[in-house]
Formats: sequence, C-alpha cells, structure tokens
Amino acid sequence: MGYRYEMRFSGSGGQGMILAGIIIAEAASIYDGKNASQSQSYGPESRGGASRSEVIISDEEIDYPKATSIDAMLAMTQEACNKYNKDIKKDGVLLIDSTEVKNAPKGNYKVYSYPISTVARDELGKIIVANIISLGMIVELTKIVSHEAIEKAVLARVPPAFLDLNKKALQLGFERARELKPLS
Amino acid sequence: MSDKKKKFMQGNEACSEGALYAGSRFYAGYPITPSTEVAEILSVRLPKIGGVFMQMEDEIASICAIIGASLGGAKSLTATSGPGFSLMQEGLGFACIAEIPCVIINVMRSGPSTGFPTGPSQSDVMQAKWGTHGDHPSVVLTPATVQEIFYETVRAFNLAEIYRTPVIVLYDEIIGHMREAITLPEPGEVEVIERKKPTCKPEEYKPYAQSNGTIAPLAAYGEGYKFHVTGLYHAEDGFPTNNTKLIGEANERIVNKINKNVDKICINEEYYLDDAEIGVVAYGVSSKSAKFAVKEMRKKGVKAGLLRPKTIWPFPDKAVNKLAKQVKAILVPEMNLGQVYYEVERASRGQCEVKGIFKVDTEAIHPNQIIEEIEKFA
Repeated sequence: MGYRYEMRFSGSGGQGMILAGIIIAEAASIYDGKNASQSQSYGPESRGGASRSEVIISDEEIDYPKATSIDAMLAMTQEACNKYNKDIKKDGVLLIDSTEVKNAPKGNYKVYSYPISTVARDELGKIIVANIISLGMIVELTKIVSHEAIEKAVLARVPPAFLDLNKKALQLGFERARELKPLS
Repeated sequence: MSDKKKKFMQGNEACSEGALYAGSRFYAGYPITPSTEVAEILSVRLPKIGGVFMQMEDEIASICAIIGASLGGAKSLTATSGPGFSLMQEGLGFACIAEIPCVIINVMRSGPSTGFPTGPSQSDVMQAKWGTHGDHPSVVLTPATVQEIFYETVRAFNLAEIYRTPVIVLYDEIIGHMREAITLPEPGEVEVIERKKPTCKPEEYKPYAQSNGTIAPLAAYGEGYKFHVTGLYHAEDGFPTNNTKLIGEANERIVNKINKNVDKICINEEYYLDDAEIGVVAYGVSSKSAKFAVKEMRKKGVKAGLLRPKTIWPFPDKAVNKLAKQVKAILVPEMNLGQVYYEVERASRGQCEVKGIFKVDTEAIHPNQIIEEIEKFA
C-alpha cells in the first residue's frame, strides 16, 4: 500500500513559504527519487496577505495536489496558524515561529515552538533565511527527506552569493530541532 | 538517487517547453495572472533561438500579432486568462474564418471581469466554445498534470497545423502554478507536425481551394505567394464573395473539418470505468479531486469510475453516451456553476441521472465532496 505525506507551509506573502514548498518537493522528487507535487495559494499582493504552499510526497502517482489531512505544517504568522491548523491529522507535527505566533493552538498533534525569525535575524543577520531554518527544522522533525537531498535542493534554488548563508541556516535548523521538545 | 532527465517544474513552464518543442518561434501577449510565467519564460528563451517575443499593448493586439506571425509562416502562440481571453474573441473568430493556425493558452482564474486574479476557476469552458460569434470550429484541450500540459501544448500546435485553425489550451491556476517532476522528451520522440506548404506556382495558388474535403496548404507571406485574407466570407482565392452558396458551403466546411474528425481529436482517460456503476466526468483540476475520490471509493468496494476528457471541445459525446448507458449516475464536478454539466446531460440522453458538483470560492473541490455524492448512489 502506498503512502501519501502532506505538508503545508503557511505565513505571510514575502516570507518564502512558496519557495520552502518548492525546495522540499524538489528534494523529495529530484534528489530522493519519490513523487512530489507542490501547489500554492496566495493573494494579489507581493508582500503581506496570507500565503500558503502545499506539498504532497508519495511513492504513487499524486492525483489531488492539495492537502486533505496534514502530516506536517509550518506556521510563520498567527493569522496563518489560526486559519490553517484545522487540517492537521492526529499525531501530526505543527512547527510555529514563536516570534509571531503567540497563541499556540491545541489539538491532538505535536506542536513545536521556536523563535525562528528572531534567530534568523540575531544569529545569522538576515531575517530572510527564516524559511530555510524552518526547512531544516521540519526535515529534522519529520525525516521526510534526507539531509543530503534537502541540502542539494536548497543550494540549487538560492543565489550563488548566498550559498554559505543558506547552508548555515539549514544546519542551524537541523541542530535546533534536534534539541526541541513538543509543547505539552 | 538523482534522475538527471527529471525536471521539477511548474505547469506554465511545461507549457512554454511544449511550445518550444513544437517549433513555435513567435509569442505575442500581454502578461496576466495566472498565465504570466508562460510569457516570462518565453521572453528569455525565444530570442536565444532566433524566435520573437513581443509584449503587446493589450490582448486584442496580441491575438492579431500571432495571426500575422502565423501568416508569415511562424507557429505562434499567446497566453492569457479570462479578462484577456474576452478581448481576444474578435481575433479568434477571424483566425477561424480565415483558417489561420495559432495557439491560445488560457489559464483560467475566477471571473467574471477581473474577478479574483490569483484564484483558480474552470469557468471559461463555454467561452472557449462560444466566446466568439458565429458558427465556428472549436478545438479546446484540457490537460490535468504538468507533464500533460507539455504534451497537450505540442498537440495543440499539431492540431492547429493539421486543421488550419486556432487551438486553445485551457487549464486553471492550480495546474498552471503547480510543480511536479516531468521528463522532457528528446527531439523526435514526440510527433511534431509541420505546416503543409503549397507546391503550385504562386500565380496558381488558391489559399482556400477545396477538393474532396482536403484543407488547402497555407503559404507564408514573403515566399512569393500573394494572397488575400479577410474576415468576410471569401471564395477560393481569398477575396470576399456575396455568393450565398459559397457562403453556406464555407461556413459548413470550417465547422465540419473539426466535426468530421472528432474521433481523431477527442482523447479521454478512462480510470476504473470497465465495471463502473457510478461515473464521474471531470477535466483539469477537478479531475484530480475526482481521481482521488474514485480511488478511495474503490478501496471501500464501491464501483466508481472516472472519464476524463483531454479534449473538451469538440465534446466527447460518444464516450459520455456510452458511459450513460452503463452507469446509474454521472457526477460532474467543476469549478464553475455548471458548464460541462449541461453537455454531459445532453450527451447522456436521459439514460442515467446526471448531477453537478459546483464550486466557485476559488478553492479546489475537496475529494470528500465528490465522495459524499458518490455514496448517495452506491
């Protein structure tokens, strides 16, 4: 029997949620040899407004490209968190950026909270890599793709001048997630 | 494991690749969400291979430019969405009556008017058939995966050349922006039809000559063949005519060249149809929801099946009629308030119940919505 693994990356337009989805789907399909599809939903604004990206990973043909029962979700804003958490399945994973998300939702899934944007800004000097830190954390928490695959996919999608920065961001994500315990 | 032949790309990117593979070297358009990436990619790629990319002042100019380019011998295309497609209708009719091959990509968004620009929809299906006035041929393809957008774009160019007519590739924001891994075929792997050129002397050339139902070859301007092209009814030489017999024959001919070849143009995917007792007819993004629903129903032992037209116009009457004979009910999920639904009802001729599942809130139809309806008939 085949599996279907569903992910949702949500935040505000400009936070790189669509790119995060593309990168993990690419890691799964091109570098890990699975089937993956990525779709998105966004508003007409180039910055601001709710933005979400959904990724389906499977060993079978993927028909429906949207999430139905989510295995892992990232929420970078309170609005996105409130709006999109209802589809997370039992024992699923929700990672929230506590910089923005002050009220963690309660459900029969695991909630991991970490000040992703703050760490991006204070430790790496660029808030823009918050999405790459998140990717590292999500991969570490779920093991849905290999470290090698996600690193290759990240490096293939970022501008050459920022390779080191993004590599660091991804590693930081792996490390911080390793120490992280779910909220009870 | 890494497969070098596999590329992870967006539907609109696959469309651009399909156009290039088919040998298209001319794009004119006015960018519009959610089709913009087609223009964006071709604006980079076409000039590098000796092609032309032109950004026009609006969509009327865009379709006129691709018609002109086609008359100059180029395989040409434009890409748009509902609001732009509305403006193109006049040019589309001109391409139909003047029999000029060209390809129009319409990535559907929520309407009417500017609607919700980033929101998916399937509400231009009837417009693709009847948007331009007068009885005219309509060839409209409805791919449902990123890989299929590539193949169907190639097929659109092929059909345009075979039948000397505009062909529309119709998909929605979700498929246009969705990314999947696809394999781009090597040159020669997929058939590409080239335009038939006249072999007669230029002074003997009749651009609308007809013998035994054949379609006259189309000369390219600049190659010595001088001929007249008009949106008025015309005789074999291309000049306007008032002859009612010729007018009637010409109108019937441009429509029949498609209608008589329905079996060659209509392609369907059949999914669990052999023993199906409940049918679903769906195209584009809604067929993805339907496939998911059918798969779930089969796991529960419910005999549901999917008929997915890859060609929506001409309408696959035969396949729908055959399905209607076989099943208790046909469900038609679509992201509009009922368009293909009425066609399914017509083609079913009362042989089974037909029920629509409509949604216009710019979110894809959830598979559960289809499952609930299937269960009512199980």
